Amino acid sequence: MVPLWMYLVVAAGLFCIGMYGVLSRRNAVAILMSIELMLNAVNINLVAFWRYLTPERIGGQVFAAFVFVVAAAETAVGLALILMIYRRRQTVVVEDVDLLKW
Amino acid sequence: MEITFQSLTFLIFSVVTLGAALMVVTTRNLFHAALYLMLSLFGVAGLFILLSAPLIAGFQVVVYIGAIAILIIFAIMLTPQVMQVVGVRNNQWMLSLGLAVFFFLMLVSVVSPFMDEVGVEDWSTDFKEDNPAAVPDDTLVDFGQSIVDSQRYLLPFEIASILLMAALIGAVLLVSPPNKAKAKRQPIYDARDEMEVQQGPSEQSAAGD
Repeated sequence: MVPLWMYLVVAAGLFCIGMYGVLSRRNAVAILMSIELMLNAVNINLVAFWRYLTPERIGGQVFAAFVFVVAAAETAVGLALILMIYRRRQTVVVEDVDLLKW
Repeated sequence: MEITFQSLTFLIFSVVTLGAALMVVTTRNLFHAALYLMLSLFGVAGLFILLSAPLIAGFQVVVYIGAIAILIIFAIMLTPQVMQVVGVRNNQWMLSLGLAVFFFLMLVSVVSPFMDEVGVEDWSTDFKEDNPAAVPDDTLVDFGQSIVDSQRYLLPFEIASILLMAALIGAVLLVSPPNKAKAKRQPIYDARDEMEVQQGPSEQSAAGD
């Protein structure tokens, strides 16, 4: 099989691309998509470590499944928040939503 | 390194994943970004298959591509102004790009000590393939039993279900139309508002004439 560090490097690249997206995009939906990329990078790491280090224990896969659950919940609530902000302020640009900003 | 079929597949899937992810964070059109996100998630599902975790790959396709990406597309379509944002990046994007590259290099430098452990002495020239222990045949059975076993993952499983329920109710409450009951209780104001709305354009058109 392909060695473990290749998967880790791919996951690190995916995570950093997602981090760049979170930090640089102005659109709230795009930021949510970048967060999904970061969660996927973490999932690759979890499953890769499960496969290479402890394939006889199921913990890695279960952990990855829980990451799916949390990602689904986060996306649902996040998109609901974005829709509500859009309904009230007609914008999804995060810089325009400065109600709590001093 | 001898290029086997598996490593070639890994290369294709990782290039698809990373390339589509780059398009997600750089594309101007948000709808295209959502489609690239689906492609990237599909590449990650392929990586899961290569890691002999078909169940997780199935979750990836069903939950991420089937539910989350579709939800994001719905959100994009429900907020029409979203697709025509003038500037894609904010004014700190150079800083965040530098930070992301720095973080990537840092992660790679941390990952590289692992190469000794996985059997690569000099990874630039001498490159051995890794052969981890085989996956047990009853992995699926074990997975299913472990999440309903009170000694193992039953408690996180139940907490996850409560979390999903709370997220579902919260999302429905957040996006439900505001104050429908109150509007029914005060029909007079509603009628007056509707009259004003109806009169507004006609007056304007009369003034225009």
